[in-house]
Formats: sequence, C-alpha cells, structure tokens
Amino acid sequence: MKTFKILTLLALVVVVSAFAANAVVKSAKSGYSVGDDATDFYLRNVDNSMVSLKDYENAKGFIIIFTCNTCPFSIANEDRIIALDKKYKSLGYPVIAINPNDPHIKPGDSFKSMQQRAREKGFTFPYLLDDGQEVYPKYGATKTPHVYVTQKKQGKNIVKYIGAIDNNTRDAGAVTERYVEDAVDALLAGKSVQVTETKAIGCSIKS
Amino acid sequence: MRFLLFILVLSTISCKKEIENKAYNYVEGADIKMFDYNELDSYIKNHPSETLVVNFWATWCAPCIKELPAFEKLGDTYADQDVKILLVSLDFPEQMDHLKAFVAKKELQSEVVFLDDGDANRWIPKVDKNWSGALPATLIIGDKRKRFYEQSFTYGLLESELKYILN
Repeated sequence: MKTFKILTLLALVVVVSAFAANAVVKSAKSGYSVGDDATDFYLRNVDNSMVSLKDYENAKGFIIIFTCNTCPFSIANEDRIIALDKKYKSLGYPVIAINPNDPHIKPGDSFKSMQQRAREKGFTFPYLLDDGQEVYPKYGATKTPHVYVTQKKQGKNIVKYIGAIDNNTRDAGAVTERYVEDAVDALLAGKSVQVTETKAIGCSIKS
Repeated sequence: MRFLLFILVLSTISCKKEIENKAYNYVEGADIKMFDYNELDSYIKNHPSETLVVNFWATWCAPCIKELPAFEKLGDTYADQDVKILLVSLDFPEQMDHLKAFVAKKELQSEVVFLDDGDANRWIPKVDKNWSGALPATLIIGDKRKRFYEQSFTYGLLESELKYILN
C-alpha cells in the first residue's frame, strides 16, 4: 500500500512537471530564427502528388512561402510569387507555397479552391495544403504571406531570411526594396544576406 | 487703432481656424482621418483621452470584424472613465468606398482612422517590436502602462486587459 502511495505521488509529480515544462515552451518565442535548420515536410500538392524538400536533389535552397487564396495581401502578391519562381527555380531556388489555413474555418482556402486558384493563375510552383496544420507552427509563420528563404548545407535547410517579399505588400508599383530577391541573390553570390528579417501586414493564420 | 486691433484679432482667429482644418487629411467624403505612420503616432501621443485602445483591423479581415462589437461595447461601457477606442483601418487605398460603406452600415461609434502607409517594415516594429504584422492586433495605452496584443479578443478578455491597464 505504501509503495502504491509513493508511486501515485511520483506519477503526479511527473504529470505536473510535464505540464509546467509545456507551459514554459509555449511562452517562449516559437518558430525558427535565422540560422535554424528548417524541418522537411510531406504535404499534398494541388496536382495530388506528395511533396517534400528532399525530393529536390538539385536545389541549392528554397523560397518557402506560407500563403493562401483568400487573404488580400496574398492575392496582391500572387504575380510576384510567380515571378520569383520563374526567376529563381532555374538558379536552384524554387518557390514552395504552403496554405496554412484550416479550410473548415476558411472555406475559400479548401484544397479544391486551391486547385482552382493554381489553375486560374497558372502557378509554376507546388501549392501545398498544410493538412493538420503541423508545419506552419514549426516554422513560426503567423500570417499570410510569410516567407522563409532556406539554403541547403550538409543535408540541412538553414533559414537565411524570414519576412516579406518586398517593402510594399499592397502595391507592387511602389516597391523600392526587394528583400527576397536580395537575399537569394546574396546566397547565389556566396555572400551573407544583409537584411535577414522584415515585417509586413498580413492575415492571421486561421486555426 | 481700435480698428487695427480688431483686424489683428480677427486675422489671428481665422488663421487658427485654418490650421485646425488643415491639420488632417480625410478620406474623401467621410469623417475618417487619413494618416501615414508618423501622423498616427503623433495623433495617439497627443490624444486628449487618458486611456486609448487602438485596434488595427481591416474590412477584409474576418477575425477583425468578429471582434469589433467587443471594442464598440468597451468604448460605450468605459466612456465615463475617459477610455477611447481608435479603430485603425489597414484597408487598401483603392478600397475606401468599401470602408466608408462598412462604417456607415455598422454604425460604428468608435473613431475610425485610415493608416495609409505601404512601407510596413518601417513602422510595424515601432507599434511593437513583437508584432509580426498579422491582423488583428491591439494596443492598450494607459497613463502608466501600455500593452500590445497580436490576437483576437472576446469582450471578457478585452475588459480584463483594460482593467489591468486602468488599475
């Protein structure tokens, strides 16, 4: 009986400390910082194939963009995302777009709507659904659009840039600084990225 | 001499009036002030109310629309404690008709202003260093302390945060 009591107490201590540890982790800043190794994923593309970063053997890195169908800032950036892919895919930095929204909350971001949008706009890059919403929290994406530029190094995908595509999300004509292009150009030239983090207004991810 | 003085006083008054009128730009055909970030910042800093609840929103942002009634109710409930709500719209400049129609249809009682400043990377960190830029976002600015929230609010949660700032 005494052993049982001790065991119960021990179990309680373990459970409580596990909760405490969890609370600590949650309050800390979540997601990647520049220099972290970004996780690979296995997500469904609009053409129904499954896509992982490891499939791209010849890529030097990636332009990973959390974006969606419904956010006006994402829509305002669609042509710029297509242009990025066209420019950098052949240079070894393809665009991988991921929709992080829960389609149950935002019906316009359903897999079927994604397929339609990709067809209408002629997306040249994979457009993946973060089914189960497990990928975006690991990256620390909070909004759409939200970009991560990574570079391959010894089997890892090192985060080199986090933030906006450029300095005017809502108006392509008013852009004076192209953050993602500058970052990828620097990586291609073997230089370090000058501006590694930027902010932009976006739509909160629906979860 | 008296006449000269009269002219002088008159011109001073008219000058002052002109300055007041010229101080703000408005969205065409609406009582919605239009700011770039620096102007918004100075408007907030010079605001006569003791406590300001500043909510960043847009008509296209579904969670923003959902929480608007909570801000309206808060403004109404705490008006006698000198709390003012400022709804800062981040709609696109070409969507002003939509914004005007929305404000009229919902009969919003809180003041709505339009932040027209595209270079967001420059001003987002000035609002708060921890803001990623996701909407909605809220600042509660009291005379003693100030807090920033990148989240959605229910009325209960919003009220308890306001009470913290007020006390």
